[in-house]
Amino acid sequence: MSPTGPTKTVQQIESVAIRFTGDSGDGMQLTGTKFTESTAIAGNELATLPDYPAEIRAPIGTLAGVSGFQIHFSSKSVRTPADHPDVLVAFNPAALRANIDDVRPNGMVIVNSDSFTAKNLKRAGYAEDPIPSLRDRYTVVDIPITRLNRESLKDLDISTRDADRCKNFFALGLMYWLYHRPVESTERWLESRFTGSVLEANLRVLRAGYAFGETTELLPVSYIVPKAKIQPGVYRNITGNKALAWGIVAAGEQMQTDVFLGAYPITPASDVLHEVARYRHFGVKTFQAEDEIAAVCAAIGASFAGELGVTTTSGPGFVLKQEALGLAIMAELPLVVIDVQRAGPSTGMPTKIEQADLLLALYGRNSDSPIPVIAAMSPGDCFYTVLEAFSWAVKYMTPVVVLSNGHLANSSEPWRIPDVDSLPRPQVQYRTDPANFQPYARNPETLARPWAIPGTPGLEHRIGGLAKDQNTGNVSYDPQNNERMIRLRAEKVARIAADIPPIEINGSENAELLVVGWGGTYGAIVSAVEAARQNGRSVSSIHLRHLNPFPSNLESILRRFDKILVPELNQGQLVRLLRAEFLVPAVAMNKVRGQPFLIEEICARIDEMLSEEAPR
Amino acid sequence: MTDHFNKLTSKDFMSDQDIRWCPGCGDYSILANIQRVMPELGVPRENFVFVSGIGCSSRFPYYMNTYGFHTIHGRAPAFATGIKASRPDLSVWVVTGDGDGLSIGGNHMLHTIRRNVDIQILLFNNRVYGLTKGQYSPTSQIGMRTASSPDGSIDHPVDPLAFALGAGATFVARAIDVDGAHLQQLLRRAYNHPGTALIEILQNCPVYNDNEWLELEDRKSRTDAALILEDGEPLVFGSEDNRRGIGFHGGIAQVIELEKGQDPIAAGVAVHNERYQTPAYAFALASLKRPDFPLPIGVFRAVETATYDALLQGQVAGAVVKRGAGSLHDLLHSGDTWTVEEG
Repeated sequence: MSPTGPTKTVQQIESVAIRFTGDSGDGMQLTGTKFTESTAIAGNELATLPDYPAEIRAPIGTLAGVSGFQIHFSSKSVRTPADHPDVLVAFNPAALRANIDDVRPNGMVIVNSDSFTAKNLKRAGYAEDPIPSLRDRYTVVDIPITRLNRESLKDLDISTRDADRCKNFFALGLMYWLYHRPVESTERWLESRFTGSVLEANLRVLRAGYAFGETTELLPVSYIVPKAKIQPGVYRNITGNKALAWGIVAAGEQMQTDVFLGAYPITPASDVLHEVARYRHFGVKTFQAEDEIAAVCAAIGASFAGELGVTTTSGPGFVLKQEALGLAIMAELPLVVIDVQRAGPSTGMPTKIEQADLLLALYGRNSDSPIPVIAAMSPGDCFYTVLEAFSWAVKYMTPVVVLSNGHLANSSEPWRIPDVDSLPRPQVQYRTDPANFQPYARNPETLARPWAIPGTPGLEHRIGGLAKDQNTGNVSYDPQNNERMIRLRAEKVARIAADIPPIEINGSENAELLVVGWGGTYGAIVSAVEAARQNGRSVSSIHLRHLNPFPSNLESILRRFDKILVPELNQGQLVRLLRAEFLVPAVAMNKVRGQPFLIEEICARIDEMLSEEAPR
Repeated sequence: MTDHFNKLTSKDFMSDQDIRWCPGCGDYSILANIQRVMPELGVPRENFVFVSGIGCSSRFPYYMNTYGFHTIHGRAPAFATGIKASRPDLSVWVVTGDGDGLSIGGNHMLHTIRRNVDIQILLFNNRVYGLTKGQYSPTSQIGMRTASSPDGSIDHPVDPLAFALGAGATFVARAIDVDGAHLQQLLRRAYNHPGTALIEILQNCPVYNDNEWLELEDRKSRTDAALILEDGEPLVFGSEDNRRGIGFHGGIAQVIELEKGQDPIAAGVAVHNERYQTPAYAFALASLKRPDFPLPIGVFRAVETATYDALLQGQVAGAVVKRGAGSLHDLLHSGDTWTVEEG
């Protein structure tokens, strides 16, 4: 298809952010996903953010039922879904109302004018049609999408209801034209999914939407976003949850040991269970337990029996698992616990974003129960995080916590597929020699105790949650022994620092301000720091993937800077750790609205910090 | 080291740990009988795993010279599920009590039983919390006065076997701590049953609930107090000169007095059958309570259905047959990919 008609102008732009919004039944997530695939194939850097309601089917046309998907793509580097969309596609008045305030001034607003009926306006809480008043601030393009969609299907034997269900693909076709995206990947996908009149209808409206763009006078300009400079390789799109699931499968393959995943459904972690459950042919077993507690206990049981035990959850479930984690720490068994954090407290806002389980992960158990913690920094990084967690778990015989969040879980990014041969192959070694076997005798370097699994003759032994003698593992109430064991377990976790690569500073080590982030805020922080530097600010940043133990050069880096800012999507958790551990004057920046940081918010705080007097 | 080549004896199953139960505790007898049965099962010692939760009974694994895991309160069935699901070659035994298994762990008990995980669950029922010093338990009788119920317990008790049957248990039995020969017989049956085998073992707590089961533990009174279940035999109890049977009329149990030499079946006494597909009959047996009825002892129900661990292993094996062993490279490259070329 030729992208432009004779009277159209083509404009080249560096980047654009589009938000598709509609009722949760309008197929916005699918529309966004397909647009993302096409954009990746077009060679742009991109980041996405799906935003869907907690209700499975909220009342049609209401604000509660609005579903959105934002994609930011560029010919330069992209690290966040962008603070403000340049283009809003709104399928109904509620979607417009819920999203219009986010659109950048003078941005484009494309609406399905057919849906702006009196009834829908009322459902959205509009007293009158908002479109006329929006024209002052935005470029409003109102298109009768429902009617155009029906027209393009009028000779097809398909009900009006089914025809209307295709209208998101009409809009998708239009957006493909507007941004010169290839249509083929979506066509291939449709052909692999549907047959008969449903396939025909979807293909037809997709092309009709594209053709409408070519001919309509409503859109005089189309846009080209040139390819980005991207490291060569084979790429795919991946969400954080898929990357976690594939990391779990990969761990089993790389370590040549079967994986056992115990899980209980919870938003936003359930997708990991769903994904892993598809891979039984890898020898991966999934167990949907009766509750969060049984899920972790069964995984620990599997670890005791010699498999790679793992459990996935979110905040409320992570709380329930803490007693069992204490046992895994005491029994010194390998285990990986993945917490896809969500906004809280309590049930909170399950589909929204937060990173407030750090202190829970570190200190959520009775007594001194040290546990290693790794946090993923991007959707693709979730894959490597899980692999790293398994390698620690087995090498040091300890449970390891992986923190992701709802943002990483559902947003996708183009991911350079690693060469399987280049991935680490951590060794799993079971003890088999009964000579001088003692269940708690330790490897002098790692302090790990042996993994002696049932079925091994001569190694019969008992473990459990009661205090253990430092060698025999027999129950011991000896005061000296207890203190020694508590110190040994802490020392064992501390020694993992030897396996952590030193942190690299983004920017100059002589800058005035250091911004310290962890987990899923990486993109926003780095984008903000780079923007601030372009504005002449003396600012650098570091990002922590390893929260326990900290990388060994963290302290020396912190001490180089006069000012330290710690932006977190919580009320100040890492900042407390840094202040307590290193006595540095780190300053908190907090947000707990269930939304990611905006780049401009962090920029503003950086400006503020650098115009302050130096702290005394 | 020589375990494989020499016949194992009960001594091989005794660990070197001092036993810390109170003198006179019913657990001693249960431990001795389990140690006696283990060598007969034909399982290498290293393939036994004993898993427990928290409570007096849950100290059990420390005294068995096998693999053992003393876990957290109420969760032993969940740990055992993970062990058995990943390693079906192991013989997995859960030791729990009325508090551990039916109060804090009631949920796991329910779900492990309904999944029919191929493990044995030994539930020591002494109708009291021992380790925490004598509070009423979920099987304590109404009115029981304890430290936490000075005016008498107002909790209606749960019957472990009725609970298990309600969850779809495929093997349910009741034993008495001091009746070693019978307990051993049930342990063998439980081991041989494919699926979750639950044995409620009536166990005396001499400190906090002494003599709770006295009329069943005492051989003389047991004749009248217990209904010994034998598959294919009529439900008859009592001494020679005071023989009685249990019949069901309209599903309601009745005690039927028997004349000397009278044929119990002709008199309407039910014949015990462990293999009814419906759990209704076994449930009716589980509802027989003292003092109106004798307490049934023996195997209530033994039916076979697929086990969770076998089904899970079957799905894994089936997936490999159907799709071939997984390839990580193929997984990572599945779906839409694109290549970014050099330059």
